Parts: sequence; structure tokens; C-alpha cells
Amino acid sequence: MGVTEVSSEMGFPNRHLLGIEGLSAEEITFLLDLADRYVELNRLAGSTGDLLTGLTVINLFFESSTRTRTSFELAAKRLGANVVNMQVAWSSIKKGETLLDTAMTLNAMHPDVLVVRHPDSGAVNLLSQKVNCSVINGGDGSHEHPTQALLDALTIRRRKGHLDGLLVAICGDITHSRVARSNIHLLTTMGATVRVIAPPTLLPSRIEDLGVEAFIDMRKGLADCDIVMMLRLQSERMQGTYVPSTREYFRFFGLDHEKLRVAKPDALIMHPGPMNRGVEIDSELADDINRSVIREQVEMGVAVRMACLEALTASRSEEDRV
Amino acid sequence: MGAATTGARHRTAFLNARLLDPDSGTDQSGSLLVEDGRIADLGPALFADGPPEGVVAIDCGGHCLAPGLVDMRVQLREPGEEHKETIGSGSRAAAAGGVTTMVALPNTEPVIDDGAGVEFVARRARDVKLGKVYTYGAATVGLMGQQLTEFGLLAEYGAVGFTDGIKAIADAQVMRRALSYARTFDKVILQHPEEPSLAGGVMNGGALATRLGLSGIPTQAEVMMIERDLRLVELTGGRYHASHISTAAAVEAIRRAKAGGAAVTCDTAPHYFTLNEDAVGEYRTFAKVSPPLRSEADRLAVLDGVADGTIDAIASDHAPHDQESKRLPFAAAEPGIAGLETLLALSLGLYHAGHIGLLDLLGRLTNGPRKLLGLEAGRIFKGGPADLVLFDLQAPSRIEPDDFVSKSKNSPFDGYAVRGMVLKTVVDGRIVFAADAVA
Repeated sequence: MGVTEVSSEMGFPNRHLLGIEGLSAEEITFLLDLADRYVELNRLAGSTGDLLTGLTVINLFFESSTRTRTSFELAAKRLGANVVNMQVAWSSIKKGETLLDTAMTLNAMHPDVLVVRHPDSGAVNLLSQKVNCSVINGGDGSHEHPTQALLDALTIRRRKGHLDGLLVAICGDITHSRVARSNIHLLTTMGATVRVIAPPTLLPSRIEDLGVEAFIDMRKGLADCDIVMMLRLQSERMQGTYVPSTREYFRFFGLDHEKLRVAKPDALIMHPGPMNRGVEIDSELADDINRSVIREQVEMGVAVRMACLEALTASRSEEDRV
Repeated sequence: MGAATTGARHRTAFLNARLLDPDSGTDQSGSLLVEDGRIADLGPALFADGPPEGVVAIDCGGHCLAPGLVDMRVQLREPGEEHKETIGSGSRAAAAGGVTTMVALPNTEPVIDDGAGVEFVARRARDVKLGKVYTYGAATVGLMGQQLTEFGLLAEYGAVGFTDGIKAIADAQVMRRALSYARTFDKVILQHPEEPSLAGGVMNGGALATRLGLSGIPTQAEVMMIERDLRLVELTGGRYHASHISTAAAVEAIRRAKAGGAAVTCDTAPHYFTLNEDAVGEYRTFAKVSPPLRSEADRLAVLDGVADGTIDAIASDHAPHDQESKRLPFAAAEPGIAGLETLLALSLGLYHAGHIGLLDLLGRLTNGPRKLLGLEAGRIFKGGPADLVLFDLQAPSRIEPDDFVSKSKNSPFDGYAVRGMVLKTVVDGRIVFAADAVA
């Protein structure tokens, strides 16, 4: 008990949030508990905090995004921070001069937190080594998207009361999905059992090494699941033809009422958005308020990002005091 | 003291050396006399009563005197990318690494696909006047993989073989004709063995690539291309060389082909038997190479291939890159390691670990590439060119890329502990490198 008390006093001891991998169950729980408080606060009309007053948060997005950027922006503003959004056009053909140059330039402006999204795996890690402020990974390539996994976990925990012991199926383009990787790390760390379901062309080599069980038959994979996480079929990332057509994909790997029947009767449906209705998920099912928690995920997103901002800036100011 | 000794009489005696020559199997104490750039005499009895008058005498202190290394795969970046390396800076790096002969890839800007390009490299090397620099000719015009270059004319200018450098000759018909036509001039075709349609990734395919979210290259990409090429060798009777092999399957394929009598050779680079994919760690771009670092099982198989002679040569695969080419997200970074200055020490790791005898190891670095490319240098014999390396077999040190002579410092071996240090490098009897403090 003494240990948990100490760790909760320490809060979140990391300078950056670059990924879920490597976080302990205690650290994840700390962030989720903090986020839980913000969910309630956010539901009170007109409530704003002042924890981040005087601090500057820069949303640096090398990849287009509406919902994640908006969610971070709202989270930072609700905590009283100054927020600057930067959208940088990026193509790997242009090479990366702009990445570190941009990092150096922004660093010289002394922001307190950088939220970074980048289309290349590892790019946020690289950038974090070159700046003095805290960095939150807003999604890097096919690597990690930690705040998405945290908001998914918060959504599940509020609905199911716990994470451990749950059977979670993640379905879709596992190969290119940072959401899948972060969720796998988080859920396995918290004691859930994770399955991944995809056609073999969308299952990366040796995914089992991450502690999951892989299925290529959706009906078998969904059997007895508590949670069904659907992934967007990221057609923009496809280098070749991974699946022959969207209609064939929907037929065999799209979620509909019929396939869902083998899951637990109270299984929840999740999707990180934006959805391709009729490709990976049946439109009606996506809107089914008894099963789908997709809109709730969006709400949790703001709370989770407020928690992350608080956790990182709190540890920062502690460092400064020392 | 480190300056070239241009003694008036051009006679230098290397005394008290451990003479090592893989070609003749020599490993004995003795002396060696260089006269006008050539080896005039050598042996245990030579100068037993001390060197004669008028000879520049160098006491080797019992250290190893071997043929200068023949590095059959380097990129010197000149012409076109002189900010990364030049024939001058690359030659100085070679000298520091004990390398006296280099063969450059033709993937410069412009591509070495005509006589003028081959002549340019030769002329620059003559100006630099350090080690010997040869070049391969491009196998296809512009390295585009379609139209064969003028093998005969390029060979007359001095091209020692043909390759598309860091690109595979992918089209089977083009490869067939290259192998076939090169027979006219008894030249070897060197392949970058990767099936391009499978090699779109940025590191070894497997658990680590999956965890990092990086696209992987399966090991099959390498062996598939080699096995295809072996069929074309059967068809054409051409001479084929698989460059920088990295996988257990490729080693095994070459081993079988050799057992069957095929005119096939291959090389590897020190990083493939020294490191595995774990060196990539958290997106370390200095460990990004092409082909990628593989699994531990592959590393061990490559090591076995070097030891049993399946792998004929060890080449540095020197691929100098500036900071801007490496300080990038992993997928965007250029592949390659600056390897000229670590070739000997890393290779000696195999000897020190007991995997291979010293003469056999040195053979992979000298006589092996000499034979397969038909070069003069790479062995010690009376009348031969005095291209030599004197090295301390045991001296421990740590690799410090910041101290590289090369313009580029891209090495994943920062701080890596090695044993073996180049003391002097000799080209045509001239000392082109001498370590500052000779113990």
C-alpha cells in the first residue's frame, strides 16, 4: 500500500507521453483516474480550469486531422492554456529537413507542451529528443497513438467498471494501425485479453509477440468478446492491394449485427473514427445507442487529453522546483 | 613522422614482422624488403644479420604484416555527393582502415555507365595518390535496369565488374543477358540481391518491425533473388556475385550452388555478422542498412558462411551519409554505414571469438576479393605490389565515429569495443597512413 501511495503522490513521472509501451499499470491508472474527474467537470456547463494558465501548448500536425487536433485544443483551452495550431504539409519525398528544423524553431519559442502528429513511425520520438518541453504523441505513423488508447480504456472502464479480465477484439487494418498497437500495449498491461482480427494481408508479422491472439475468421475472433474495437480501413496508407474491394472487405470483416451475435450480449462497439460506414462497420450498428459507444469515445477524448496535459505539466513544474 | 617516406633509394625494410599471406598460407616471423614500390624479398632469413646500408628500416615490433585490404564494395559519392565523401576523403579513410584497394559502386551522380565515368574515377585516384581505386561499371544505363551498358568498352577503361549498385537487376531477361554478355570479357555481374517488390520495407520483417510500426522486408526477398539468379547462371554460364548477403537462407543457397560447381561468389559486410536487428532499438537510423540487419539466427549463419568459405569476401559496404540524411524519421533516413575504418577491427572480432583462423579471415579481406575480381594486389609475393597493412592484432580500443577520417560519421558502432588496430598502411611502398602512437 505504501508503494501505491508514493506513486500516486509522484503522479506521472515521465516528461513525455510518446507511447503506451513501457507505461506501468499504475501510471495508466493514474491518468485514467485523473481523466475520470475531468469527465464530470466537463459535463458542468461553463466550467474552465486554470491549471495551465500562462502555459503554451502547440499542436504540431504533420498529418491532417480534425478530431484529434480539436480534442487537444479544447482540452488545453479548458485548462486555461494558450493554444497554437500548426499544420505542416509533409511528404516523405521532401525528406525530413523540416521536421527537426521545425522542432528547433518551435523550441526556441519556449512552448510548454508540444502535441505532435506525424505520418512516420518514430518521428515523434526523434522530435522529443530535440526539444526542452514535454511532448505528447498525437499519433506517429503505424507506431502509437497513446491518447486514443487511454480514451478507449476510459470509455471501457466507465462502462464495464474494470479492464482486467475483459476479452477485447481489435478488428481491421492491424498492420498500419497505431491505434491497435497502443491499445494492445494498454489492454495487455491492464490485464485484459486481446485478440486481433484481420485478413492475413493486414496482420503484421509476428503480431503474437505483442501478447495477442490473431484471428482471420471474424466469427471465431468475436466469440464471447466483451469489447469489439473496429479500426478504420486506412486506404490512404495502403501501398498496394491488401484487400480486393471494399465490398468484399465488408462482407468478411465488416461488423454487422449478424457477426456480432457471437460476441457477449452486452458487448460494446468502439471505433476511433472517422468511420467508413459500410466498409468496416454497418451504419445502423454504428448508431445503435445500446451497443455503440463511439460518440462517448469522443467525449472521453477531451477528458483524457486534459489529464495528460495536467500530468505532464505537473511533473514539469516539479522538475523545475527541484 | 607520419608523412610518406620518399627515400631517395626507394628501399624500405620491414623488420621483425609476423608475415601473413593468405594466398600462400604464409604465417611466420620475418622481414620484407620493398624496392621501388614492389616486394623485392621476404622471409624469416631475410636480414637475419640486420638490414643493409641505405635502407629505410621499419621495426614492426612483431606485429602483423599482411596484404593491404581489398574492399570490394564502397560508395565514394564522387562525382555528385561530395559533401558526403570524395575519392580523396574516402581514400584517406581507407588508408586509416588498412585498405589499399577499393572498388567503388557506380551509383554516383552522374552514374558511372560510360568510359568517361570510369576514367574520371581512375584519374581522381591518381591525383589523390593514396590507395588504389577501381570502379564497377553500371550494368544498365542509368541504373534503370533495362539497357545494358558497353561492358567491353567500360572494361577497357578499367571497370572490374558490372552492377547496378544498391539496386537489384530485377528483370530476369536483363539479368540473363548481362550474365551472358559479360562472359565475352570474363567479367562478373554483382547483384544487390533483393526482390524489389518484396523489399519496400525499411527494416527486417518480424516482431521488432511490428512493434515499431515500421514496414518489414522478409528474409525471403533476398534468397528469392539469389535462387532466381542461380537459375540464370545455369542458363548462361555467366559469373555471378551476390553482394552483402544477410540471411541464413541466402548463405545456404550459395553453399549449395558452390557444392554443385556453379561459378558463384558472394560477400558480406561486418555489420551482418556483428549486429542483428535489435541494433535498430528505438529507431536508430545509423543501424538502417540495405539489406536490413536481420535476426540473430541469420547473423550466426552469415558468420558460419564466412568461417567455412561460403562467403568469399568481407567488404565494408562503406556508405557514407551526412547528418541530414540520417537525422530523420526511420523510414525517411538513407540506409548505410560508414565502414572503411572499422572493416579490419570488426572482422578481427571473428578471429578473436574463435570462429575463424587468422589467415582465413585475412583471406576474406584480401585474396578472396582479389581472385574473384582478377586484381593484382591482395597477396604478398616477390615482384608483387608493396600494398601492405601493419596491424596490432591485440590492441583493444573503442570505435569512435567522431574520430573517423571519412567525411561521414554514420556508424552504429559508437563505443563498440574491438581488438586490433592499424599501425601502418603501405601502398606501392609508400606509407600512406601511420597511427599516431605506435605502441
